[in-house]
Amino acid sequence: MSNTPLIDVRSLSKIYRQGDVDVHALRGANLQVEKGEFLAICGASGSGKSTLFHILGALTPATSGSVVIDGKDIAQMTAAERTIFRRHTVGFVFQRYNLLPTLSAEDNIRLANFIAGKDEKKSQGLPAAFTPILETLDIQSRLSHKPRALSGGQQQRVAIARALVNRPAILLADEPTGNLDSQNAAAVLGLLKELNQKEGQTVLMITHDNEAASYASRVVHMRDGQIL
Amino acid sequence: MEPMILTLVVSNLTHRPVRTALSIAAIALEVTMILTLVGVSYGTLDESARRARGVGADLLVRPPGTSILSLSSAPMHDTLIDFVAKQPHVTLATGSAVQPLSGFDAVNGIDLPAFTRMSGGFKFLEGGPFQQPNDVILDEYYAKEHHLHAGSWVQLMGRQWHVAGIFESGKLARICVDLKVLGDITGNPGRLSQIYVKTDNPANNKAVLEDLRNKMPGYQIYTMEEFTSLLTISNVSMLRNFIYVVIGVAVVVGFLAVFMSIYTAVLERTREIGILKALGASPGFIGSLLIRETLLLAVLGTVAGIGLTYVTQWAIHTFSPASLTQETVYLWWPIAGLIAIGGALLGVVVPVTKALRQDATEALSYE
Repeated sequence: MSNTPLIDVRSLSKIYRQGDVDVHALRGANLQVEKGEFLAICGASGSGKSTLFHILGALTPATSGSVVIDGKDIAQMTAAERTIFRRHTVGFVFQRYNLLPTLSAEDNIRLANFIAGKDEKKSQGLPAAFTPILETLDIQSRLSHKPRALSGGQQQRVAIARALVNRPAILLADEPTGNLDSQNAAAVLGLLKELNQKEGQTVLMITHDNEAASYASRVVHMRDGQIL
Repeated sequence: MEPMILTLVVSNLTHRPVRTALSIAAIALEVTMILTLVGVSYGTLDESARRARGVGADLLVRPPGTSILSLSSAPMHDTLIDFVAKQPHVTLATGSAVQPLSGFDAVNGIDLPAFTRMSGGFKFLEGGPFQQPNDVILDEYYAKEHHLHAGSWVQLMGRQWHVAGIFESGKLARICVDLKVLGDITGNPGRLSQIYVKTDNPANNKAVLEDLRNKMPGYQIYTMEEFTSLLTISNVSMLRNFIYVVIGVAVVVGFLAVFMSIYTAVLERTREIGILKALGASPGFIGSLLIRETLLLAVLGTVAGIGLTYVTQWAIHTFSPASLTQETVYLWWPIAGLIAIGGALLGVVVPVTKALRQDATEALSYE
């Protein structure tokens, strides 16, 4: 591991308006994550972990503080810059899989590749270098199916593949097992751990489930918009 | 188009087949409205021109102050025939009176012997020329539309007429009776709507035209080429304005169809748009996706609309061959297509703006 953290969050705050009320979702949060870590961020509902997820994923801007990821301060970025940042640096895995229902599993994965401008073959298949990850995820036989023909566990594996196809610096997973039964949940968490250990993929997982958090190499807790 | 973009566009449209089909149908309707109206306008005018040419005249004299499509009754005195016939290089002159009926129909009174000399005569498909005062002859399309044959009886101008013959279409009119009879029953004896003139040599048409214009100031006198060339949309302001109104209505139909379709698609796909944003899709990418979908709908709608136009053409030809004639006006295919695309693009502006303004985090949590 290098001395410079891959993610360096300092004094991060986020205030958003709900009706006439200002909601302080994050109150000076600090966090450092090394490259190759598998970090679980645990907290109860309303603790600010989802807001942190959105800011780390450059989906929403911070109100103040700095968020340096892979050497870039995303707190200072414009919306257009954050869009480009998401394309190349972050891979998302959501609780509800969030696959496009109109596309096959393969096209869902290729779409992320295409948006990032890496779909070199334009029309045929996934990058050959990606095959080991597909093998790890064990979804090769399901690639031609649309999401509605896949089980929840399979959909989440496809979502993980989509998140990784551009080799992002960080994989952000928001309650990735929230919609899965215990068997599939264990399988998905095992895959995240395997990808972290085998591929050196940095993983940040938001969860309120201590059992899920136990798969991570480090666990931090959040409460009232702060990391404890 | 990139294969992935094409996949996205096509899969989005095929994923919601009913809405896609309805959108295409609405745009097709828009295109058909335009093409049918234009086709009927062109067809009806061209049919009028064809029948006018079928008379075989070189020149045409019409009363002062009439429009080219006027269906007014007969204001000219029939003594003008003799006057015109005596002019140098004029070999034959004959008149006709027009009595408008309901809709586009009109009864033409003709001097059959003179008309036969000028036009070469009617080619009768059934029966023959009128012999009795209550005889009428009809062209094949009028007879077909009204299920009439030689020997049938038909009610026109408040009285019963005996169908003496059915003639091949293309000469002057669809319904012809004797000129004198028509003048008597309309209380307008000895009056004419127009005079057809034959010259001894087409090379003299211009000279005869000038001569008649000098001697009959105020009268509208044309060579047949001039007259038939005037039978165009741009010379009939009523038709032209009507076309503009229908195009306006059609654009609104297309706009509403696409607006509703894409707007509901954007609402339905809020989460999908959020996913695209999370993957790093730019506003331009998402906007262009929706615009391409719209363009594809508009193109498919245009093609379907052109196809539907042949259905309306068949329907008009089958059920109303005498009243309306619809032509295929190829020139208007791209125009109607551009109008449909324009209306569709107008309809996609608001939904696209809404999609681009959606916050990614809210979109991703949209139920």
